[in-house]
Amino acid sequence: MELTTKAIDSLRIEHITKRFPGVLACDDISLDIGKGEVLALVGENGAGKTTLMNVLMGLYHPDEGRILINGEEVNFRSPNDAFAYGIGMVHQQYMLVPNMTVLENIALGFKQAWKPWKLDLNMVRDRIDAVARQYGLAVDPDAFIWQLSVGEQQRVELVKTLCLGARFLILDEPTSALTPQETDDLIALLKRMSGELSIIFISHKLQEVKDLSSKVAILRHGRVVFQGNTIDHSSSDIAALMTGHEVVLPHNDAPACTMGPMLQLRNLKVRSDRGFLALDDLSLYICKGEIVGLAGVSGNGQRELAEAINGLRKVESGQILFDGKDIANCSPVQVIQAGMGYIPEERNTEGIVPSFSMKENFILKDTDSEKYSSHSFLKNKVVDVEAEQLRQQFDIRSPNIEVAAGSLSGGNIQKVILAREISRSPKFLIAVYPTRGLDMGAAEFIHKQLLQKRNEGVGILLISEELEEITNLSDQVAVIFKGKIQKVLPSSEASRRRLGILMAGVKDDEEI
Amino acid sequence: MTKRFKTGYRIGVILLAIIITMLLGAVILWAIGADVFKTYMVILTEPLKNKIGVTEVLLRMVPLTIIALGITVAYRSGIINIGAEGQMAMGILATTAIALAFPNLPSGVLIPFAILAGMVGGAAWGFIPGFLKAKLEVSELLSTVMLNYIAAQLYTFFLRGPMLDPAELTMGSGTPQSMRLTRNLDLTRFIPGTRIHSGLFIAIGLAVLIFLLLWKTSYGYKMRAAGASERAARYGGINVPKYLIIAMMISGGFAGIAGSIEIAGVHRRAIEGVTSGYGFSGIVVALFGGLHPAGILPAAFFFGLLIYGADMTQRLVGVPANMVQVLQGIIILVIVATKMVLANPYLMQRVESKFAAIAAKRSNLEVQA
Repeated sequence: MELTTKAIDSLRIEHITKRFPGVLACDDISLDIGKGEVLALVGENGAGKTTLMNVLMGLYHPDEGRILINGEEVNFRSPNDAFAYGIGMVHQQYMLVPNMTVLENIALGFKQAWKPWKLDLNMVRDRIDAVARQYGLAVDPDAFIWQLSVGEQQRVELVKTLCLGARFLILDEPTSALTPQETDDLIALLKRMSGELSIIFISHKLQEVKDLSSKVAILRHGRVVFQGNTIDHSSSDIAALMTGHEVVLPHNDAPACTMGPMLQLRNLKVRSDRGFLALDDLSLYICKGEIVGLAGVSGNGQRELAEAINGLRKVESGQILFDGKDIANCSPVQVIQAGMGYIPEERNTEGIVPSFSMKENFILKDTDSEKYSSHSFLKNKVVDVEAEQLRQQFDIRSPNIEVAAGSLSGGNIQKVILAREISRSPKFLIAVYPTRGLDMGAAEFIHKQLLQKRNEGVGILLISEELEEITNLSDQVAVIFKGKIQKVLPSSEASRRRLGILMAGVKDDEEI
Repeated sequence: MTKRFKTGYRIGVILLAIIITMLLGAVILWAIGADVFKTYMVILTEPLKNKIGVTEVLLRMVPLTIIALGITVAYRSGIINIGAEGQMAMGILATTAIALAFPNLPSGVLIPFAILAGMVGGAAWGFIPGFLKAKLEVSELLSTVMLNYIAAQLYTFFLRGPMLDPAELTMGSGTPQSMRLTRNLDLTRFIPGTRIHSGLFIAIGLAVLIFLLLWKTSYGYKMRAAGASERAARYGGINVPKYLIIAMMISGGFAGIAGSIEIAGVHRRAIEGVTSGYGFSGIVVALFGGLHPAGILPAAFFFGLLIYGADMTQRLVGVPANMVQVLQGIIILVIVATKMVLANPYLMQRVESKFAAIAAKRSNLEVQA
């Protein structure tokens, strides 16, 4: 089957400027991508990458500048116009209907198959087959979306975009939700595809920029601060250009504290949403002033563990001794009052109330405290003063404290949550994927804050998939597999290879 | 985008919505063969031409305001209360029972007591769907509507049975109504020659109270958080089921108060048809008023005007008063559409760039001229 779109030999972005109230999101940006090239667009959260791509897709109209395809000026007024030229985008949030099959989802956008009175599903099926063969992208057209893992859903998004005739792919942080294995697969796939397509991908991860891209452009505060061929530059050069300074993620090298246990999990059994035992006889000890990193492939009980400790999930049996007191099956508010801090996995929907202002989100857990209310009336002045202070102290980039928290970027949302949790001076902190999807600058900031808390004597359970994050910060590393702790080892003995083997479920690592 | 443009855009969209509502209504009026212009003039201006008219509009504003306030509390807490009609009926029954049982209490005691009873009656009727939703996840859309039917039947039962006016029983036609309640329950009619009563001040007082509750206290904060994001509220240690039930009890309680005041201020006895759709109109008022007391007061006035004006069209231009319900339906549709339009930043962007292009063209022309 033939593509309806023409080949794109070159795409030029010239002097694009886009302003939002009080923000210059894109400032005179010019880029140039030829056939078969892969451009990595890197920069911190809020640097203007997504805005630029939305301009390219016709979602936003640039205030100045123009876009040229094959030397001809184009004027996109909606994503449909961009599609017609063969530009397709895979967003960070997948746009799929969960209770429909892959085939039906792709048919949704595939207008050629919309016959009068009939949807030609066979035509769509043929098209999917053709795309799958051409790019080596296998998907099962009859699987329901809800049955697929995140990585598979992303593949469906790619197939969908390609079926619609995309010759030019834009990928917004394609690996941010993938496991390490899925990431490797995707990189290999995109590499194969780059023979026939041009690709722009937005990323924070230096490794994939190095692996995949032929060109790299770095944005900072809406300007292109660097453009060049990837092979000419080292990872650390690119990292330095991204944040404007040399980034060395902080390491935990202070001697481990031995102040006695703070959180003891004893033989925990907890069920998942689907009813099976997500935690099966799990035991773990964490001391004051100690960071224990919990490594593991996601879906091995990490979420259930964090929820069970925080009173959000029922504990079937076992004990959670917090400062000597059993808090298993306590209500969330009792756990909070006992001094537990919690940075949840879902920062956008759980960690904040998105429609509430930033300052309202700071007091989420403290509306009854004497600090913020008297006789049930909120002390608005105190709230304002505290919020302004936290905004400055945690370097949260927003026009003021009144903005809706949900409108902030991922990094800033995470800082709001961190600011709230840390300012409550907790005795213990549970941080779940605290830097997932964040740029290096924000990650560095969050790591420093966690280490500082540790040095002040707060125990921290750090749940993460990023082995580097875990080995950098932890005193001890525990590996979780299928709801059990595989092994606890001191950070010094936790090599990448050893952790990888343990995470894969091999029990006795000593013999290998 | 300038703030001025944003405000202008919002006002423009709302004006457009009003025009569209009027146009759609006009089509229906034209279809039933009415004089469109005259009908609108009667509805919108006739009531405001004299003292009686204005006070009658204010009279209808009272239950609308109180019910809409209650619905706002529920809506902001994440539960949609369609049961105000039934809750109001239960409030009336409770008030009537108190007035019948203690006719000799002085006004200063009886009125607060009876209104409190009405509130409790409504709150009890609101508690049921709140509890069912919080504990068993029963959809409040179903349970509140079903409870409306039950309340309506209970209401008729009491008026035809235990509370029936003894005079009706012995010599009357058997009209289902209670006896004239004790004068100690009467709310003052403060403008002689009109029916407007002191319930108006209670309604305004309650509006202030709800504003303080929702936006100034920790209870309101928790209720709004539970409504805005249940998951985040749970994470933040807020007992979501508890606040859901409380919100539903406040909502029902307010509908009950509206019923009490309607009895004590207007009818002075429980009769059939007191609720007369106020429970449903209250939802429209709450939405039209932007789920905020400051918006609800004018919205309630506007709907009071519509309801009273519709009575007049029946007399003056022969258009059935039911037309108001048709208009209400159209208004709900337009409100929903307007909200979606206002929530679409891309559309706003496009309108702005259109305006900018027009302005640029015009300034070019001026330069040339």
